[in-house]
Amino acid sequence: MKFETYSSSRESCCDREACAPVLSASDLSLFYGRKAAFRGVNLDIHEGCITALVGPSGCGKSSFLQSLNRLTDLIPACRIEGTVTCCGKDIHEPATDLIALRRRVGLIFQKPSPLPFSIRRNLDFPLREHGFTDRGEREAKMESALRDVCLWDEVKERLDSPATSLSGGQQQRLCIARALALEPQVLLLDEPCSALDPISSGAVEDLIADLRNRFTVVVVTHNLAQARRIADDVAFFWVKENAGRLIEHGPAEAIFSDPENELTRAYIAGLRG
Amino acid sequence: MKSLIHRQRKPADAFAAVILWVMAMAVSFVFVWIVFSIVAGGLSSISREFLTKPPEFSGRSGGISTVLVSTAVILMICLGAAVPLGIATALFLSEFTGNDEWFGRLVRRSLDVLAGVPSIVFGLFGSVFFCRVLGMGYSLIAGGLTLACMVLPIFIRSAEAGLRAVPEEYRSTAAALGISRRAVIFRLILPAAVPGLISGLILSLGRAAAETAALLYTSGYVDRMPESVFDSGRSLTVHIYDLAMNVPGGNSHAYGSALVLVVLLLIINGAATWIGEHGLRRRLIRS
Repeated sequence: MKFETYSSSRESCCDREACAPVLSASDLSLFYGRKAAFRGVNLDIHEGCITALVGPSGCGKSSFLQSLNRLTDLIPACRIEGTVTCCGKDIHEPATDLIALRRRVGLIFQKPSPLPFSIRRNLDFPLREHGFTDRGEREAKMESALRDVCLWDEVKERLDSPATSLSGGQQQRLCIARALALEPQVLLLDEPCSALDPISSGAVEDLIADLRNRFTVVVVTHNLAQARRIADDVAFFWVKENAGRLIEHGPAEAIFSDPENELTRAYIAGLRG
Repeated sequence: MKSLIHRQRKPADAFAAVILWVMAMAVSFVFVWIVFSIVAGGLSSISREFLTKPPEFSGRSGGISTVLVSTAVILMICLGAAVPLGIATALFLSEFTGNDEWFGRLVRRSLDVLAGVPSIVFGLFGSVFFCRVLGMGYSLIAGGLTLACMVLPIFIRSAEAGLRAVPEEYRSTAAALGISRRAVIFRLILPAAVPGLISGLILSLGRAAAETAALLYTSGYVDRMPESVFDSGRSLTVHIYDLAMNVPGGNSHAYGSALVLVVLLLIINGAATWIGEHGLRRRLIRS
């Protein structure tokens, strides 16, 4: 069964029935010390779809995103309850290969985060660490990833200059290319446009829309118009009892045109949040 | 408004400014005076022979070649022991223990206490532990290892500060790309921390090269050419001390040796800075 969502008119094949969810959180809670960032989240991420996480600041969207590839492990005193499964496997099992998990589920930060290397080495370094020993192969992957983000023509003449010499929007696209070069299954984006100017933001947004079907994308955004433009699925978070909660989720069209929850309705109408 | 900006300076302000000026001048004067007296007293004894001939008549004549060799050997042993141990400990402190874990706190506190221990106490420790217990006797290796113990606290704390100055972003970015901890440390954090490590190294080398007390008990006074690291040898500082205090008529060569020591420290400083800036730049591009 194909969902006729808003975005399916743009060749989405977001098939929620045919495939099991790529990522699935069940009864997931996250605590920083004693404070809960979010509680009791149940959410399935469907293959090939763009899922937008929306809601006001401080409602646990970013924490939820980072818990999906266990990047929250880096934060001391951070504790997780509940389970996350990636392709049917619990990612919190002791036997989980974190390196493989994070390669499969890549994450892009809000602030562009180039490493202090040249443009070339920014892409080359992760590839080499993931076992691509053939230089030619790495070069080919680098070029195709940079082409995917429409950055190749802008940087091909100066691959050996510092990545920090690029503009903010270029840096963010470089970071996306760096993640794409590793051929992840899922790409998590944490407000990828919020630190950028409107033109760069538009370029990155178009890029995310182009990733549909090739990758599964989960994007945190404050920008409802953006979520409306690119998302297949929308999950709405809100703070209740001092902790982030998942209030409502479903196909973007349903959420935007006829939300079930009053809070969602008020937030989407711009009355709250 | 104008009267507020251009109002007259109060006498107290002027007085404070004068006091501060005088203080700053006094400090500069001490520095200039030291350099001037070393150059004035030492320049006459500097010659090619001074650097290439062994000392004669307890250093009154001849040169300092054997002393230079012993100093270099002691410093190399010191660095050879202190750098790997120090970097490993600093990595442990910055990457593997939190700021408030008890073990990290214990290590940091011990290092801070050690950094304040007078060098003569390190000398006594070295002469008991390295010379007697480990049976090295008065030797270059005992002196070098004692110096290593002495400079380790300074080196570790400044190396740790250098490692902590590497933005946390790099670590999370690399982790998000699924890069192993080992690669993050060796290919990203260590190269990014090189400026901090180099400044720690310069501090430590400076302190080691300037040390006298700790070496008196451990590497000894012998001014012959050392044949192995287990021979006793005389460092530049011990040579200066001996010429100035125990050898009548040794003053001009004491000044000469002091001048050599100062120039040596400047060269070490410059070389380390240059290596940090240029030699390691290929690995990492800073904006």
